[in-house]
Amino acid sequence: MARIVSALLIGLIFGSGIALSGMANPAKVLNFFDFAGTWDPSLAFVMGGALIVTAIGYAFVLRRGAPIFDRLFHLPTRRDLDVPLVAGAAVFGIGWGITGFCPGGAIPALGLGHGDAWLFVGSMIGGIAVARLTRHAMAVRTAADTA
Amino acid sequence: MTEFTPFLSLFGGSLIGLAAVLLMAFHGRVAGMTGILSGIVPPFSNDWGWRAAFLAGAIGAPALIVMSTGYAIPFESPTPAPWLVAGGLTVGVGVTFGSGCTSGHGVCGMARLSPRSIVATFTFMASTAATVFVVRHLIGGL
Repeated sequence: MARIVSALLIGLIFGSGIALSGMANPAKVLNFFDFAGTWDPSLAFVMGGALIVTAIGYAFVLRRGAPIFDRLFHLPTRRDLDVPLVAGAAVFGIGWGITGFCPGGAIPALGLGHGDAWLFVGSMIGGIAVARLTRHAMAVRTAADTA
Repeated sequence: MTEFTPFLSLFGGSLIGLAAVLLMAFHGRVAGMTGILSGIVPPFSNDWGWRAAFLAGAIGAPALIVMSTGYAIPFESPTPAPWLVAGGLTVGVGVTFGSGCTSGHGVCGMARLSPRSIVATFTFMASTAATVFVVRHLIGGL
């Protein structure tokens, strides 16, 4: 129960940060990327603030043996670069550039009650589901080939 | 035009960072929206409880701010509905194969100086800027 309440409160802090910073506003996000037009540099301050706090906080937290509610830190361990990483990031950017919504901005935007955010998130979840099932099928096939 | 908000954006960004640090300290998890969301999309992961709670908090936060402070959080989506659907599908596929988005790679991964996250972040930032340029200045809007 404490785990659930804790995750809920941390989600509230995350969503508040997204909403106040302007990341939940597609027009503001698109203007950040529009250097040749109506440029709004605000999002550099969002990224800067988030990065500084996270880098300093992580340095202290990861020195501990384990998190409070788990036996270990679930950290990605891969360090190699591969095609899906770079191609996926490039494809993500195309969608972000068309709509101004990224996943972390769009989820809190749902709480503002605008239909546009719901339409985007519904489609995004569809995209995630299709891609996850595709990846799953590819992994199963690779495993079968290897066996 | 949107108003330049350096202080509010820095404050909001710091809250995002605080949430990332707390999620690692208490749950040992990366505060990446793609990763958190993926666990409640098929094929489901078995630890969906904290994920659903985090998402509920993230969705509830803007409503709480509006109700408790009266601050009208600016929101403007200039994209027509068919393009929202196309863009949503594109983002969903891209972040799944790219293993993360702005929060996971751009904040949490960059803060750990992960080489994969640094490459992914520069790639999607460049791709987004190029897309905005094409849409706004070559096509002249959607």
